[in-house]
Amino acid sequence: MKEKTNPVGFIFMILLSAVFLFPIAIVFMNSFKTKFSIMGSPFRLPNKETFAGFDNYITGITAAGIGGAFVRSVFITVLSVFALVLLCSMTAWYIMRDTSRLSRIIYKLFLFSMIVPFQMVMYTMTYVASGLHLNNPVGIIAVYLGFGSGLSVFMLGGFVKSIPEELEEAAEIDGCTPLRTFFSIVFPILKPTAVTVAILNAMWIWNDYLLPYLILGNRYKTLPVAIQISMQGAYGSVNWGGFMAMLVLAILPIIIFYLFSQKYIIEGVIAGAVKG
Amino acid sequence: MKRNLHPYFPLFVLPTLLAFIISFLIPFAMGIYLSFCKFTTVANASWTGLENYRRIFSDSSFTNALWFTVKFTVVSVITVNIFAFLLALALTKGLRGTNVFRTIFFMPNLIGGIVLGYIWNLIINGVLGFFGTDITYKAAYGFWGLVILTNWQLIGYMMVIYIAGLQNIPRDITEAAEIDGASRWQIIWRITIPMVMPSVTICTFLTLTNSFKLFDQNLALTAGAPGKETAMLALDIYNTFYGRPGWQGAGQAKAVIFFIIAAAIAFIQLRLTEGKAAKER
Repeated sequence: MKEKTNPVGFIFMILLSAVFLFPIAIVFMNSFKTKFSIMGSPFRLPNKETFAGFDNYITGITAAGIGGAFVRSVFITVLSVFALVLLCSMTAWYIMRDTSRLSRIIYKLFLFSMIVPFQMVMYTMTYVASGLHLNNPVGIIAVYLGFGSGLSVFMLGGFVKSIPEELEEAAEIDGCTPLRTFFSIVFPILKPTAVTVAILNAMWIWNDYLLPYLILGNRYKTLPVAIQISMQGAYGSVNWGGFMAMLVLAILPIIIFYLFSQKYIIEGVIAGAVKG
Repeated sequence: MKRNLHPYFPLFVLPTLLAFIISFLIPFAMGIYLSFCKFTTVANASWTGLENYRRIFSDSSFTNALWFTVKFTVVSVITVNIFAFLLALALTKGLRGTNVFRTIFFMPNLIGGIVLGYIWNLIINGVLGFFGTDITYKAAYGFWGLVILTNWQLIGYMMVIYIAGLQNIPRDITEAAEIDGASRWQIIWRITIPMVMPSVTICTFLTLTNSFKLFDQNLALTAGAPGKETAMLALDIYNTFYGRPGWQGAGQAKAVIFFIIAAAIAFIQLRLTEGKAAKER
């Protein structure tokens, strides 16, 4: 389509973009101001007295243990997404190809889990997880695998259905074991959906607050938990400078990731929305 | 060809299934059971029948949260969808820079709820500060703060779905209408909107479930203040579990009601979208 030049519409869109970017810009700007010049005057630009340079980042990272929380968030997100994509692909393929009653029941249970809100299971899930000693950064990966498997198996399973089974049968006649068939034939075909599933789960786990807070608590803070805890019950004594730096550290990786792979992210989020 | 995959069950299914049983199936079953019990820890539960359910409907924090959630959900579903649809219309006119605008409008959707809540807490308090007040002063401030936050978060997301729907409308239909002398409004009302109804359904339910289950944003923006007036259902359930000793059973009963409403919404959505698909066939 030829691009039209409609100056009024164009200027309006630029203004609207500014409105959309404004809240993020405010946080970035305030992260460079001294801690007493943020609350009360968040819209004022930093001047000679209120400019803090990178001080907030240094105090934020050292004082509130944000560095550790950041590394922990990366660790949990990466490994959970890896486990979800790999294991749910295998599970989805198996229960779609196996016609037994058990497989069909398992699939129905996965579908059912998608409509259950987290609050329904949060109390008992926390109890079970701590009873099984899953209340640490490695154990929580199993919890994410279990709680995220519904949507992942559903999306991957939907795609498996569209792969012609003859393809796999041909490979097996040629002597492939089902294991090899899966990894050298099925998984490469599943890739686009696997990318979608990875993006949806990564966004969920990176931003997730309540589940890691209940299961890991204060001992192993993730980034959202560290942000919430540093605000809770400390209204008078909050270091607003360090707090702004924390918010930036939580936003920045997602925005950078987004700018490099926005096509996949937008497509992935829509695919997840339309199906889920 | 009949394939026997069963020897591969332990490798392919068991790891996921075990995790699923541990973190979903068992907690879910226990949750249903505990909603009929009195307990302070899972170990000392004793059966009390429907007592918890009777208790929550005479609990003003629950009925208040339910009402607040319904009001909030209705307002955000309407506002988000109107703004998202208008933006999608504007961005399918072949305007210069369309892709850049789309990228910007979608961006807030990627930020986590806790962070979103504190960003808007800073901004809304900054604005209200000019009038010598803040967001915890009146429930109405918290309500509209949540509406603004949700709009900012979801408009770009819904807009992208509407854009996909709008791009599916064959151009010859609108062109034919133009030749027949239809006005711009007639084309929007008689052609565009009926043709994007599937997207309208998707977006309505997406905003509906998102608003209804809102927790992180609610916690970070107002945490229910003033009092518990701006606590939505999810936050009220959380507060009942962890903030009111002796009310764990009631918290679980609230969670079951919450689940039933969410399931009903999902069921209606399934019915609507399946019915439409059947009609199209």
